[in-house]
Formats: sequence, structure tokens, C-alpha cells
Amino acid sequence: MTEAPTLNLKIEFGGGLELLFDNKRSHRVALPPPPPSDTQAAPTDINYLIQWMKDNLLRERAELFIENGTVRPGILVLVNDTDWELEGEGEYELKEGDEVVFISTLHGG
Amino acid sequence: MAPRSCALCNDARAILKRPKTGQQICKDCFFKVFETEVHNTITEANLFKPGDRVAIGASGGKDSTVLAYVMKTLNERYHYDLELFLLSIDEGITGYRDDSLETVKRNQEQYDMPLKILSYDELYGWTMDRIVSTIGKKNNCTFCGVFRRQALDRGATALHVDHIVTGHNADDIAETVLMNIMRGDIARLGRCTAICTKGEDTIRRSKPFKYAYEKEIVMYAYFKKLDYFSTECIYSPDAYRGHARAFLKDLEAARPSAIIDIIHSGEAFEVKEEIKATQKVQQTCKRCGYMSSNDLCKACTLLEGLERGMSAAVITDRARRKLEAEGPTPADLRTIPFFHPPTASASPAVEVESTA
Ligand SMILES: [Zn+2]
Ligand SMILES: [Zn+2]
Repeated sequence: MTEAPTLNLKIEFGGGLELLFDNKRSHRVALPPPPPSDTQAAPTDINYLIQWMKDNLLRERAELFIENGTVRPGILVLVNDTDWELEGEGEYELKEGDEVVFISTLHGG
Repeated sequence: MAPRSCALCNDARAILKRPKTGQQICKDCFFKVFETEVHNTITEANLFKPGDRVAIGASGGKDSTVLAYVMKTLNERYHYDLELFLLSIDEGITGYRDDSLETVKRNQEQYDMPLKILSYDELYGWTMDRIVSTIGKKNNCTFCGVFRRQALDRGATALHVDHIVTGHNADDIAETVLMNIMRGDIARLGRCTAICTKGEDTIRRSKPFKYAYEKEIVMYAYFKKLDYFSTECIYSPDAYRGHARAFLKDLEAARPSAIIDIIHSGEAFEVKEEIKATQKVQQTCKRCGYMSSNDLCKACTLLEGLERGMSAAVITDRARRKLEAEGPTPADLRTIPFFHPPTASASPAVEVESTA
């Protein structure tokens, strides 16, 4: 089994979510591969990225970002400018250079 | 995974899954269907007639920013022949409204629309900052809601507009339907899905985004790179509304049509005439001339409570009686300038903020 590489990704926030992430709208991150498990290789997918972001990028109020292992309902996700609902949502497997955007729809209009 | 092509043009790559239909569509088709559906909402409800002066209630947030952009686009594309204005209310909330008003000022230039800003401070002599520092965070949303409604009408009257459009979207309306059911407010339930409301002599108010999903509004703003402001009001949380919204988002995640289904349910309720009749007859406020169902309008009552240091007076009947027992209203009490409701006569030139 070959070990998955570290992926360089661009993460963007909008709709007020940036407030939870050091008030920075744009982040470049090096996402390490998931820890190996003896059963099977864990995928480097968006579900894993969300968990990793919670542990490494998020500064406050995790409950406004993550709920039941995925983003809280009302947060839109785009992968390379495409709605993640077209890309398998959390199961989308990330590639080097991917750009992932998280936008909250919950803030006032 | 091979990229899917658009369900509408069968050509370009799909970038969005529509919550309403589940269709996967490309960027250009998305812009087109989103705009066309708003246009259909407007024409099917006969919202405007040529020559109307229309104010867009602009907060700087996503919904009203997209609304201003789409109203301008449709007005030009379909020759509505409307005169469009931006109308903003400055509640006086440091770090929230002052920042969002900067966004509205940029929108004024980007969309080339005259802007009028009316502040609580100039109208009522109180900013929300001062109200909250006086009464605390418990009932401040009541004050803000009553004050905003009247301020919008007065701002619209100053602009001599016929009509105010607001950015309320399908999610907002579904949320209001749920809240009215949960509160047992059947009279409001009967009214809250109306696309256009009009009091006796009030200015018409309507919601061109009544059937537009919040997800699509946010995606539209994202793909058009529109400039909007997004932070929660620092005084808000209306906890009850927050729960209703979270519940609605959970429903939508399980079944996206839930939003439109709830609106349709709200529309289908037939509210009995005797319940509708509990709405009191409208008169004008004896103190400020604004529409009211009592001698004093809600804003005047709230303002008197604030000025006399008895703000609870407006929240409960018992406190209200206490206020009355404290004696008559002092003659030098701060009041709201007298309101002269709009008349059908020709609209004179109005003062608006210059773009400079
Ligand atoms: Zn297309
Ligand atoms: Zn009054």
C-alpha cells in the first residue's frame, strides 16, 4: 500500500464563516494524509478535510461549522467552483491543488 | 467522475444542483432561470406598472444586494420602466450597521441607484446601541422591529415611492409560516405568504424573492461576485426564530422541496373571516399621524416607555397600566415627527444622498 501524499489546497470562506477562522477569507493549507488504519486506507475526502479543519484551522464555536461529522445545514460547499452536491458531497476525494469554498447562508439578508 | 453536462442546454458543464428541482445546470443557465423565475413571480402577481417609483429595502446583506442587482437587470431587460431607489435604515448598531451601510453605499455606485438612509437616531432620538444599553438585550428585537417598519414607510414616503420591495426569500417565508403555526398566530399565518401587502394608506410592500431559495440567492451572489456584507446582528438572537431556522435547514437537507412545500401549505390555509376580523380597524396615531390600530401607534408607545424610563410598559399589559397610573404624558416628551401619508398627487423632486 503506497502512502497518500500531502495535498496542497486552497480553502475560502464566505457569508460570515471566516469569522470562525481567524477572520481570514482565504487559507492555503497542506493537508496531511489520514492516519493509516489496519483495515483499509482512509480516503482523503471532504469529510476528512472538515474534521481536519475543525482540529487545525477553526478558532471558535465549532458548532456553527460542524454537525454530525459534516458541515452544519445551511453551509454551502463548492469544489473548484462546482456545487459539492454534484461531486459526491463529503465523499469527494481531494486532489492536489483543489479549491474548496465554504459559504454560510445563515447570516442576515 | 466525468463532468455532467447541463440538464437545460445539454452543453456546458453543470456547476449547481437546483434545490427546487434537483436539476444539474451550468452557470449561464442558472443565471437565466433564476432571473426568469423572479421575472415570472413579478409579472404573475402584477407587482408593478410602468412609471412606478420603487424602493429596494437595502441592508447590505446577501438578499437585498442580489435583489437590487436582479431588479436593475430585469428593469432593463424587460422594460418595466421603473424608477429604482435604495432605501436603508440605520438602526445605530456600532460594528454591524455602520459596516453594512458602507456596503450599501458601494452598491449605490455599482448599480447607479439613488440611496436614502434614514436613522433611528434622527427619527426617534434613540440608536439601538443606546436602547440596548438602557433596556438590555431581552426585548430589543421588539423595539427594533416596530421602529424599522415605521422608518421604512417614512423613508419611502420621503422618496415619494409607490412601492417597497424587500429581499425576503422562500426560506424566510417558510420559516415565518412555521413560526406562526408554532405560536398559534392564525391571523398572521393567513397573511404571511402574501407576495404583496398594503394597508389602508400605506405603501405597497412586496417580496419578489418569495419563491427564490436562499441557496440559489447565495450561489447567484457568489458566481456574480456581488459585494455583500454578512455578520449576524450583534444584539439579535431571536432564539425562537433561530430554532425554526435550524429545523427548516434540517428538513431541507433531508428533502429540498420542504421549503416550497411549507409555503404552499401556508398559502392553502383558509383563515376564517372571524379570525381575520380580529385585526383592528386602522386609524392614525394621535401623536405622530402614522397608521395605528389604537390611539397611539406602537412606535410612539415604545418611545414613551423609553423616554419615561419604563420600557417594560410596552411589553406587558400590567406594566402598561402602571405607566398610565404614573400620570399623564409629560408635555416635553420627545415624540416622532408628524407623518404625512403619501397622497396620489404627482411626485415632486426629492433629496437623496449624492453619489459623490
Ligand atoms: Zn446550461
Ligand atoms: Zn405614533
